[in-house]
Amino acid sequence: MSMDILLEVKALKKYFRVRGSLTKKVRAVDGVDFSVKRGETLGVVGESGCGKTTLGKLVLKLIEPTSGKIFFEGRDVTKARGKWLKEYWRNAQMVFQDPHTSLDPKMTIASILLEPVRFHKISVGDEEEFLVRQMELVGLGKEHLYRYPHELSGGQKQRVAILRAIITRPKFIVLDEPTSSLDVSVQAQILELLKELQRKFSLTYMFISHDISVVKYMSSKMAVMYLGKIVEIGPSDQLFEKPLHPYTKFLLASVPIPDPKTSRSRERMIIRGEPPSPINPPPGCRFHPRCPFATEQCRRQEPTLIEVEPERFVACWLFAKK
Amino acid sequence: MSIDLRRRRSVGDIVEKRLDLGEGEILRVKDLVVKFYTYAGVVHAVSSVSFYVKEGETISLVGETGCGKSVTTRAITRLIESPGRIEGGSVLFRRRSGQVVDLLKLDPETLRQIRGNEIAYIFQDPTSSLDPLYTIGYHIHETIKAHSKNAVKKETLKKAIDLLRQVLIPSPEVRVKNYPHEMSGGMRQRSVIAISLSNTPRLLIADEPTTNLDVTIQAQILDLMRKLQERYRMGVILITHNLGVVADVADRVYVMYAGKIVEEGSVEQIFYNPQHPYTKLLLRAVPDPTKRIEKLESIPGIVPSLINPPPGCRFQPRCPFAIDKCSRVEPPMIEVEDGHGAACWLLEKK
Repeated sequence: MSMDILLEVKALKKYFRVRGSLTKKVRAVDGVDFSVKRGETLGVVGESGCGKTTLGKLVLKLIEPTSGKIFFEGRDVTKARGKWLKEYWRNAQMVFQDPHTSLDPKMTIASILLEPVRFHKISVGDEEEFLVRQMELVGLGKEHLYRYPHELSGGQKQRVAILRAIITRPKFIVLDEPTSSLDVSVQAQILELLKELQRKFSLTYMFISHDISVVKYMSSKMAVMYLGKIVEIGPSDQLFEKPLHPYTKFLLASVPIPDPKTSRSRERMIIRGEPPSPINPPPGCRFHPRCPFATEQCRRQEPTLIEVEPERFVACWLFAKK
Repeated sequence: MSIDLRRRRSVGDIVEKRLDLGEGEILRVKDLVVKFYTYAGVVHAVSSVSFYVKEGETISLVGETGCGKSVTTRAITRLIESPGRIEGGSVLFRRRSGQVVDLLKLDPETLRQIRGNEIAYIFQDPTSSLDPLYTIGYHIHETIKAHSKNAVKKETLKKAIDLLRQVLIPSPEVRVKNYPHEMSGGMRQRSVIAISLSNTPRLLIADEPTTNLDVTIQAQILDLMRKLQERYRMGVILITHNLGVVADVADRVYVMYAGKIVEEGSVEQIFYNPQHPYTKLLLRAVPDPTKRIEKLESIPGIVPSLINPPPGCRFQPRCPFAIDKCSRVEPPMIEVEDGHGAACWLLEKK
């Protein structure tokens, strides 16, 4: 494995049991492969219920995978326990969607930030001095240190959540919808902050969002998920300019574009129906019941991710023939 | 001017003064003021907001959380609850009969006849707009029954099936008997749209109708609304914070900031020739996926508290171009081209 790959995931699966049934399972993530290079941002897009959040949690081992492997810096962390897991968590962190619920309302900002520092026994000298220096990184001041989360605005809370994630100086951060609960002007501030921190600490991001415009802006590589599977993965610009998988085409055509002329002149592609249940996904390609190009093969056999152009992978039979 | 809403007025009261609307206009809101009397102080939620809607056109109220866009549209049919109070302005509405009425002075019974009938609402969260104990068919039956006493259930259910078909719900004959929890989010929002259409309203007010939905479903719903609007020639007020949605569907746009309209114009004027600094910055804060963007513009600071709004222009504390006058005198709406205006002192010199 080449050294510049930081994280690699192979055939990762997570099935959740359905209450009241022994056999029914929700196939939240069903066989996912991808890799993230050092310093790059992998964007993960998909609609609600496609398994993108589960994937983020799996990668960080916040939940146990059903099967599959996760390699971090070439080492299989799937079996990590105890000390080893603790070390992994020092290097891989997460920022959650809603800062209102991810920050403990009964703790001051200072104690929220000191928790990971003390847990990982990082020596910082004078704690207050250290925290003040850290707060500057995310544009907050000393005056915020002894406040409680409810005294901060949404944007400030998300800054605290981001700082908590980077305070152990991790290499890898999973950002799960970090700006979805914020207004556009604040969203722009947070996105710029994340980019700045990435440059400063050479961080590697996995950016999960349903907002494709934001993912496109933030990431160099983009993965599109549908019903627990990655259907297409490739460089963001290319993927956006020339989507290959029919689902990606529909998805991108639905993205609202803040430009009246482009938005109204483009071809309207409205997808039929809604995603089926992940409890009983359709056989063959999971998208075939809604796909206008589906053939007999799509109904029977499941396509795998194949490289059709350099760096561009797609799971669709339409490209397999060539 | 303050209006005492507690006093009941009879229909006779309204006709005292001749009310008039411009050509093709169905709604004209003028100098609307809404305040909320909270323990923390008086919240100036909507301060002197004016706009109009023409038949068959879509206008959009855009702004960030707390800018007063929802309160404005709720005030149109006086859906403001205590501690909120409508304290001034007028809302002229052209009824189906052609009569023009001021909704803020109308007696409650006539207003009830207009709500859900001539003016219909769609709210953001379809789950809380639907009663979990009743079927979709019953919701539609109830809406029709509320406005025509002789409605027969057999016929209204037939109409319900027809409406569900129009909003592209598959197998409407079955779905009409479904309860809200038996449907997906997108399907529920379609049902809410079907309910709002059940009396063929002249004005449809859609408050963030697609915010909770996935993009592909959002595209379906917006496409549907566009088609229905063409068919029924409704005026639509679309409230959203999503500039992409505005660019896609609106004819005219009103940009709101801290309880005021700061800029108004056609969708092209707003997107290609923004005049107000807030509009300019807002447009550059949104990533356009079709373009290569080096850096997003972020607006420094936060939205001011509406209990003690800043003096002068409300955007002035965050505005990079603010001049001395901005913090002293409130700017009026200054017209820059036909139908395009912005409330900013910087435009005065021109």
